[in-house]
Amino acid sequence: MYPADRQYTRDHEWVRVGEAEAAVGITDFAQRQLGDVVFVELPEVGRRVKQGDVFGTIESVKAVSELFSPISGEVVAVNDDLGLHPDSINKTPHDTWIVRIRPDGPEADAALLDAAAYGDLVQ
Amino acid sequence: MSSSPAVLKKTPLHARHQALGARMMPFAGWDMPVEYSGITDEHVAVRTRVGLFDVSHMGEIELAGGAALAALQAMTSNDAGRLTPGQAQYSALTTPEGTFVDDLIVYRLAADHFLLVVNASNIQKDARWITASAQAHGGDVAVVNASARYALVALQGPGAEAVLATLTDIDLAGLKYYWFEHGEVAGLRCTVSRTGYTGENGFEILLPPADAVRLWDALLAAGAEVDIRPCGLGARDTLRLEACMRLYGNEMDETVTVLEAGLGWIIAWDKGDFTGRDRLEAQRARGVDRQLIAFEMIDRAIGRHGYAVLDQGRPAGVVTSGTQTPFLKKAIGMAMVPAALVSVGQALQIEVRGRVAGARVVPEPFYKRPPRR
Repeated sequence: MYPADRQYTRDHEWVRVGEAEAAVGITDFAQRQLGDVVFVELPEVGRRVKQGDVFGTIESVKAVSELFSPISGEVVAVNDDLGLHPDSINKTPHDTWIVRIRPDGPEADAALLDAAAYGDLVQ
Repeated sequence: MSSSPAVLKKTPLHARHQALGARMMPFAGWDMPVEYSGITDEHVAVRTRVGLFDVSHMGEIELAGGAALAALQAMTSNDAGRLTPGQAQYSALTTPEGTFVDDLIVYRLAADHFLLVVNASNIQKDARWITASAQAHGGDVAVVNASARYALVALQGPGAEAVLATLTDIDLAGLKYYWFEHGEVAGLRCTVSRTGYTGENGFEILLPPADAVRLWDALLAAGAEVDIRPCGLGARDTLRLEACMRLYGNEMDETVTVLEAGLGWIIAWDKGDFTGRDRLEAQRARGVDRQLIAFEMIDRAIGRHGYAVLDQGRPAGVVTSGTQTPFLKKAIGMAMVPAALVSVGQALQIEVRGRVAGARVVPEPFYKRPPRR
């Protein structure tokens, strides 16, 4: 149900680590809770984040939710397409990245969940 | 940390909402649908086709008797004496300070019989207040909290009339805005009014709770070929905000006068005395210190309920309601601001989570439906 090619946080973000960068988004569970996304506030490229830092917000019609960084590193890209199409987060949450982060190093395992553990969490 | 919540009340349509997969949430002590297919989808459906709302949680209070009109006149701001039986009006139940106990719709059922439709969050308060006011007024007037006797659904949108017409012999074309008629819809006895809280053409239908499910099913079936949507409280809120309709608890409460809420038009100054009239008159004479305005965001941000409005960097007012509207696709809202900032075009600063975002005062309403009648 939740893609195995990535890890998850208890705050419903996903992080998929690539060769040089990690892509970050929110899960299907999160987008369903939020409702129709109308606005995403993105950090500046170059911003340094620590695991757990608020790096942006995601707003639905009714509510504002903070986005917590799953890993520590430097923001190297933000998805500007979300300005015109915030609803892609609702339509394809696992294929829509919000930021890309160059990780500082391997993260403490305890903070991140694998697909099975995340699936259990949101059951 | 939390105590167990009181059991939530359910409208007669509760099982229907769950069967339709609605996301439910507590509102004013009721378990209500927030959205079914999504707030945006439902909002757009009402603006372009037709939507159906369950608003049975709202309250209905009846006044009857030879002194009912006089008692009602004394406790409300608008002139119920102007109403012909079959006619309704928007009004305020006022405190001695000229502030809102509630905003409501007054229906004149007969010369001596009135139905007040009030906010769900204020039913008990209103019933006590109206009863006490009527007793204080004296004379032949009875007050009944009849909320348990009514279900209420709203059919709203440019396609609402055509859908309703397939189910009733009531002459809808002849039913003017803010008028109502008793008749049958889908074979069920109802009261149909051309009223609503969306800014669209549409109808609200009062009927016994036992018949609500059959009416709901009939309306959804009749609207199926124009792709009707059941709509929840989420879309109800974004629609009414686009139309600049006020929400008790946001735009007004017992600390806001009728003039500060920008609702001077529901004050009938020449109908005679009513609770709070002299305070309102004094306020009218010297001018309000603060007033509700409509705003649009200029910067990319959404000004939401509770966010501060700044004047020269210092908090001066507050956003009362705000959202990104699914139809106009703009960030809009209403705010209570000092009199100095009340003019169309006035630039505003709104504090959005620690940053300052620019907005401007715009004329009401944000959205006006194309003329139809």
